[in-house]
Amino acid sequence: MATTRSRRLARPVSLVGAGLSQFGAYPGKSSRDLFVEAFQDLQENIDTGITASDIEAGYLGNYSADLFERQGHTAPIMADWLGMTPTPITRVENACASSGSALREGVMSIASGMYDVVLVGGVEKMTSLPTEGVTDVLASAADGLYEVPAGLTFPGIFGAIAKAHMDRYETNLNHLLKVSVKNHENGKLNPKAQFQVTIRDMMERRKARAEQRGEPVPDWDDELDFLNDAQANPWIAWPLRLYDCAPITDGASCVLLVASEIADQFTDKPVHIAGIGQATGRPLHDAEELTSLSAARIASAQAYEMAGIGPEQVGVAEVHDCFTIAEIVASEDLGFFVPGEGPHAVDEGRTARTGDRPINTSGGLKAKGHPVGASGVAQVIEVYKQLRGEAGERQLENPNLEFGLTHNVGGTGGTCVVNVLQRG
Amino acid sequence: MTPESETRPFNAASFYAFLKEGKFMGVRCRENGNIYAEARPIDPVSLSSDMEWHELSGRATLSTFTCISVAPASLEAKGYGRNNPYCTGIVTLAEGPRIPARIAGVDAANPQTILTGMALQLDLSENDSEEPGLVFRPV
Repeated sequence: MATTRSRRLARPVSLVGAGLSQFGAYPGKSSRDLFVEAFQDLQENIDTGITASDIEAGYLGNYSADLFERQGHTAPIMADWLGMTPTPITRVENACASSGSALREGVMSIASGMYDVVLVGGVEKMTSLPTEGVTDVLASAADGLYEVPAGLTFPGIFGAIAKAHMDRYETNLNHLLKVSVKNHENGKLNPKAQFQVTIRDMMERRKARAEQRGEPVPDWDDELDFLNDAQANPWIAWPLRLYDCAPITDGASCVLLVASEIADQFTDKPVHIAGIGQATGRPLHDAEELTSLSAARIASAQAYEMAGIGPEQVGVAEVHDCFTIAEIVASEDLGFFVPGEGPHAVDEGRTARTGDRPINTSGGLKAKGHPVGASGVAQVIEVYKQLRGEAGERQLENPNLEFGLTHNVGGTGGTCVVNVLQRG
Repeated sequence: MTPESETRPFNAASFYAFLKEGKFMGVRCRENGNIYAEARPIDPVSLSSDMEWHELSGRATLSTFTCISVAPASLEAKGYGRNNPYCTGIVTLAEGPRIPARIAGVDAANPQTILTGMALQLDLSENDSEEPGLVFRPV
């Protein structure tokens, strides 16, 4: 069986540099501007420097510049604007897992012996369309012949997963909202994040604004009280509300991958690709379970097996929290918690930066932002920074931090890419 | 069933054409008897291409659901949205397979009144001939 055969890279691959654009809404910036910004950030962050002419190949994750910006064939444009021509570059599209899959292609291109130095990135310019337009573009990653005609939207499918989780386990609406509270607390400490603000900050701002305008000041007691107010936090797809959903974001990400044998030419602190996995799942109605993504379970089993570790050895994880329920389901699919324990782990603070199982220290897709094609590589960048001790105010205090994991989902589980990274 | 309808290709165009004619047609794998509500030309479990059309009863139970307040353009045009949410979800057919479907005849503004496990029946009268889709309602 494809899922059980033991797989190894033919030679080891390491990460030696990372760059991120600012994440947010930038009316004047197109995809290429965002990608150039990410690449210049990478150049500044490579210990020994890098220019485009040092790169032998590129892989770009991009979901749909075609529909967002009416721009197809995006990869060569990015390469040209970095000054990378005639180096080959290939676009990879797997919905929100596009750059996760691009990274995998980059790793395999080095492991094969074909290249030594490869640039992998992702980009998405989403705010060029109004919210309804973005919703329609994202819905095109669902099954257009059977899911969409039933009125299922993207939040709707994850809403249905949340309801199934609530039916089967003790999961409740506050468990979901606490994921959002936690991720915003982390996002506040991330200078690249779209929302560098806690939910409590947003609540206090609303109160202050009401007071300034001479309007009645809402009497919310705390974040959960605020988040349970249907006026402040409207339903999108019950049981999911606005603050359960990742935002619409412009952003780009890139990393430099090299053959491990030459990593010391770029840095004294490489991060090794210890394990990679990718699997494919069927739509929710055809899935084995309504409370779990099979592709995530299989991809993580592959990545753990290649890395020779188990979930208990993962010290930091960036998981695909496109919706709050998705983070809870991921924490169970990855083996951090048994099914049904995920919501309690959030409740007990175990997934906070100070907990025993920190998840989404970057702020996650929820607070950092979710430029869909850039997210997979952006997750890898957070783990890279944590393993190198360069995560600034949000740096984990664990001195034994050795392994980190990323979990990047495309669609509603059609694709899942999992990487295990190891401090060099 | 007429020979003509038996020879229709196994695809979504045929599935929705049947629905317009008042027939809820799934497919059945002749090799191992697996039934799918979607018109699949290959059984993804047995990997066989030996499929036949199989009429479904339209009886189902509600497996999970959501009530959507931010509607796509097609449903917004029918009056759904922030002030009039609609219910949609996954139903399990009496014959075994699951399929996404809109759920009519429930109070989508009060999701706590909608119960998973409730018995449903396909309602062809709700079918929109312009944009066909499955609609079920409580029995």
